[in-house]
Amino acid sequence: MLRAFGYWITLYRRNWRGSIVISVLNPMLFLIGIGAGLGALVDANAPAQMAGVSYAAFFAPGMLAAAAMQSAFLEGSAGVARAAGYGAYRGATPTPLEPEQLAGGHLLFIAFRVLIASGAFIAVMAAFGLTGGWWALGALLGATLTGVAFAAPAAAWAVGVHKLRHIDTMFRFVIMPLYMFSGTFFAVSQLPEWIQPVSYLLPLWHGVELCRTLSLGTATITGSAVHIAYLLALAIGGFLVARITYRRRLHP
Amino acid sequence: MTTVATPAWTRRRTLALVERNFMVYRRSITPLLNALVEPILYLLSIGVGVGLLVGTVPGVDVPYAVYVAPAILATTAMNTAFNQTSFGVFTRMKVEKTYDAILPTPLSVTDIAVGEVTSAMINALLTSIGFLTLMAVGGLVTSAWVLLALPASVLISYAFAAGGLAVTTYLRDFPDFQYIQLFMLPMYLFATTFYPLSVYPEAVQPLIRVLPLYHSIELVREPALGRLSWDLLIPVFYLIAFGSIAMYIAVRRMTRAMLR
Repeated sequence: MLRAFGYWITLYRRNWRGSIVISVLNPMLFLIGIGAGLGALVDANAPAQMAGVSYAAFFAPGMLAAAAMQSAFLEGSAGVARAAGYGAYRGATPTPLEPEQLAGGHLLFIAFRVLIASGAFIAVMAAFGLTGGWWALGALLGATLTGVAFAAPAAAWAVGVHKLRHIDTMFRFVIMPLYMFSGTFFAVSQLPEWIQPVSYLLPLWHGVELCRTLSLGTATITGSAVHIAYLLALAIGGFLVARITYRRRLHP
Repeated sequence: MTTVATPAWTRRRTLALVERNFMVYRRSITPLLNALVEPILYLLSIGVGVGLLVGTVPGVDVPYAVYVAPAILATTAMNTAFNQTSFGVFTRMKVEKTYDAILPTPLSVTDIAVGEVTSAMINALLTSIGFLTLMAVGGLVTSAWVLLALPASVLISYAFAAGGLAVTTYLRDFPDFQYIQLFMLPMYLFATTFYPLSVYPEAVQPLIRVLPLYHSIELVREPALGRLSWDLLIPVFYLIAFGSIAMYIAVRRMTRAMLR
């Protein structure tokens, strides 16, 4: 498994610049454009609605979790599908590496990437005074866990996908709506009451809440435990399914 | 047979490419739906969701969603047109080799360029009609002048389709598209899509005013809010000039690349 991880790290050392654009700069721009820009209008209008913090401080940890989801999903789906189709997995199958080791190594790499990108993002948040203290470092693990919770099921599914177009569709119809309605931009409590329970079932909501409460220093032990358990279940479940689908695709 | 040189867009040949693209497009309704999903999500989450936190926009006095919707329409026209002449053309040029098959026919490189831009404009217009309908259904229309958004979207898509075509001639491979995102995403976020120019420090405002998307948004938003003035001619001229310069660059570079 570490050998497969080592492969991705070697590759990454060559092309990390491009991925910086997607995984670090992209959320940073949203942080400035929406958090600071639109936040100026929100803070001027309804300071009471944000429970004592600025809109930017509310939005930033949401963006952190959402960005972790997006980049982890993309690497876990498009990255995996490409590796399975004409890339790294093909070359690795005749070697003693087992399919589950390939899956584990790739997921480890995705976790590593999310960790790096989230670290950079939290550093910027701290520099702008958007975090509530050292607790925010916990959000680093929260974001990484969120990423893996999406990457593992994504990889389990994508290893069998032959057309990248399907991944595009999945991103547009599943990941984007999650991004928009999981409490990233506004609190779920603002949604109509009948739809709120649906939001509480969404995996990204748990990631956002975990990161937000840690970042703002309002986390409770039970609350965090629930979020972590939910995300861990997704990650582990995804990996267990991936073991089966990887074997099916790579050792038919 | 005619020997008189006529501009490319008056030739029937150009339409052949438009027809070809349309036939591919028509095979499924999904491209249109795909183009609409993202703007609708942004409209709902930022326009309506965050809009409840914003209340009314200072200096305009309309609900936030009413303020944001026209801007999202402009960005949708931009994205639809731009994606087709950047991602779409790149795929047809380098991957599917469509143009290599077309060039031995009577179609010239100019015909291809004009045809691509025209069909991108048609797609953008269809998407804009779709989005405008949704705006009306959602009660986000306050002035009948909003109908000017349709000719506006034709101009916007002309500018960005030509721009996309010009940029595409500089790309080597798919990863290069990331550099385009480096420009398109900040422009999307900062060209007054989500809040007025007055939010920016004064030193930054001229920088925003230079962006083509800023003018595109002005051209849709001002009439949509019922504000008509001769100032709207500025974005009109800006977009025509921007598109035409880009078109000139695109045709020249495509000719050089394809007819070696």
